[in-house]
Amino acid sequence: MATHTLDFERPLLELERQIEEMKRVAGETAVDVAKELAPLEKKLAELRAEIYKNLTPMQRVQVARHPKRPYTLDYLSTVFTDFVELHGDRLFRDDPAIVAGWARLDGTSVMVIGHQKGRDTKENLLRNFGMAHPEGYRKALRLMHLAEQFRAPVITLVDTPGAYPGLGAEERGQAEAIARNLVEMATLRTPILTAVIGEGGSGGALAVGLADRVLMLENSVYSVISPEGCAAILWKDASQRERAAEALKITAEDLQELGVIDEIIPEPPGGAHADPEAAAEALGETLQRHVRQLRKIKLDKLLKRREEKYLSMGALTEK
Amino acid sequence: MAWFKKERKPRTSERVKLEIPADAWEKCDECGHIDIKDRFVRALNVCPNCGHHRRISAQEYIDLLVDEGSWHELDTRLRSTDPLRFENYKQRLETAVHKAGPLEAVRTGYGRLDGMPVGVGVMDFNFMGGSMGSVVGEKLARLTRRSAERRTPLIVVSASGGARMQEGVLSLMQMAKTSVEIARLRTARVPFISILTNPTTGGVSASYAMQGDVIVAEPGAVVGFAGPRVIKQTIGQDLPEGFQTAEFLLEHGMVDAVVPRSELRDTTGQLLRHMAGRAPAEAAD
Ligand SMILES: [Zn+2]
Repeated sequence: MATHTLDFERPLLELERQIEEMKRVAGETAVDVAKELAPLEKKLAELRAEIYKNLTPMQRVQVARHPKRPYTLDYLSTVFTDFVELHGDRLFRDDPAIVAGWARLDGTSVMVIGHQKGRDTKENLLRNFGMAHPEGYRKALRLMHLAEQFRAPVITLVDTPGAYPGLGAEERGQAEAIARNLVEMATLRTPILTAVIGEGGSGGALAVGLADRVLMLENSVYSVISPEGCAAILWKDASQRERAAEALKITAEDLQELGVIDEIIPEPPGGAHADPEAAAEALGETLQRHVRQLRKIKLDKLLKRREEKYLSMGALTEK
Repeated sequence: MAWFKKERKPRTSERVKLEIPADAWEKCDECGHIDIKDRFVRALNVCPNCGHHRRISAQEYIDLLVDEGSWHELDTRLRSTDPLRFENYKQRLETAVHKAGPLEAVRTGYGRLDGMPVGVGVMDFNFMGGSMGSVVGEKLARLTRRSAERRTPLIVVSASGGARMQEGVLSLMQMAKTSVEIARLRTARVPFISILTNPTTGGVSASYAMQGDVIVAEPGAVVGFAGPRVIKQTIGQDLPEGFQTAEFLLEHGMVDAVVPRSELRDTTGQLLRHMAGRAPAEAAD
């Protein structure tokens, strides 16, 4: 447990330890400790809420990258039912950094596409830390077209540090794969709903994130470059990541203010990893509501709105 | 005779050298070849010895591609508003304007190419590394819309390190914005030729630069998603010789052709005539 504790969560540790100890003693001696336990648990909940209310942008990044944070496959078993995973781009290989397939949301068939990180070294070797190669984006696009063919909504779950910067990825056209997804998602004739569930890493996130509605879990982040990358370029010093995270405006609140996302999905106190069931419930309800709304909009109107949404983004003057 | 000629030759060139002022000479960064500046200029800033394509300005591409006297600049008053109040961004913009002019990292306009009406966007690497922020996205989106509405082919010359950090995720969204307009251009079946120059990476390569109906690249241009430095850092080893060059992309099927600068205008015209259903250049005269 302690290995995954973030530095700013340390004040919670002592309380958690006391509660654990009390529970253990109670279990051994059959003494009723409910009376003593209640105030401690209340205090813990309050402290946790207090800490999470005041997270700095870089602390949010840490929460978004938390190794216990629910990933796409977790939500596929909690928010969705009847999942059938579909593999491969039909061109080169299957990219396990993106998982996709048919699933049901409240009984309705939808195409779910999401980045998938690994929980340990072995898994991350397979998942490449959720950093897709071109074939991942091409698989995603293939399955978006499949959804389009059968008039099913597309739901994408974004959780990636970014598109993978490697030799094979470049050889096989990383830029082309992302560019193609963008231009084809712009006119995909079925609703697209995106939720950023962890890290929204630049082009690798947008490649499956051009959508009719974009939602963000409260502690997720979305950025054009990682705070570390930004700090390294601007100040030649990756340790200035706090400063960069602040400057880049990457929190859900920031993005809502900038008009880039449509809704923030509240997370349970202590973040999604502290209570995955509650996080899944919140995500599920919000996705259902948006899918219901999107399905009611006539397709031509939906596409027109999608265009207008992105054409209005930016900050400029014309004097 | 032979020894006499050999003796004389260096003397003559030395005399020529003496008559030409020192600043009239230029050196190729690639092969070290030294030549009269005018010879570089007349070769469109391509090294007469090794063919290395030097960076040229947006204005030079406009002069190269657009018929003389037909250029009309568009959207000259668009400026960024520093939406994040990002430290030093305002100053950096001022420096960029000083260095490259007030028209931001892309210049857009319309004119004619071999008499055909065309919309043209040319990125300017001298303006903050050709980085794409709100102004670049908006100018290209408007140019593309205009091209679709008037059914005039679109030509975009890219040179960019990618999205502009200082505008945060709004820069990223310019990839989506331009893609929306390119998609409309496609639906309208108006041709779009993307010309990649050194370098074209990041958010620009991952959007409109790689969305051309035809994509051509200048010889030696570095084109990719991630920059060479980032890849090197990630994989922890040196990159193979020629990695991410135009020729590498051609070999891997990512561009339609590598076209030397001297042929850029003719090739673009030829392609447009094919795609716009016009007669070949000879017959048109
Ligand atoms: Zn040379």
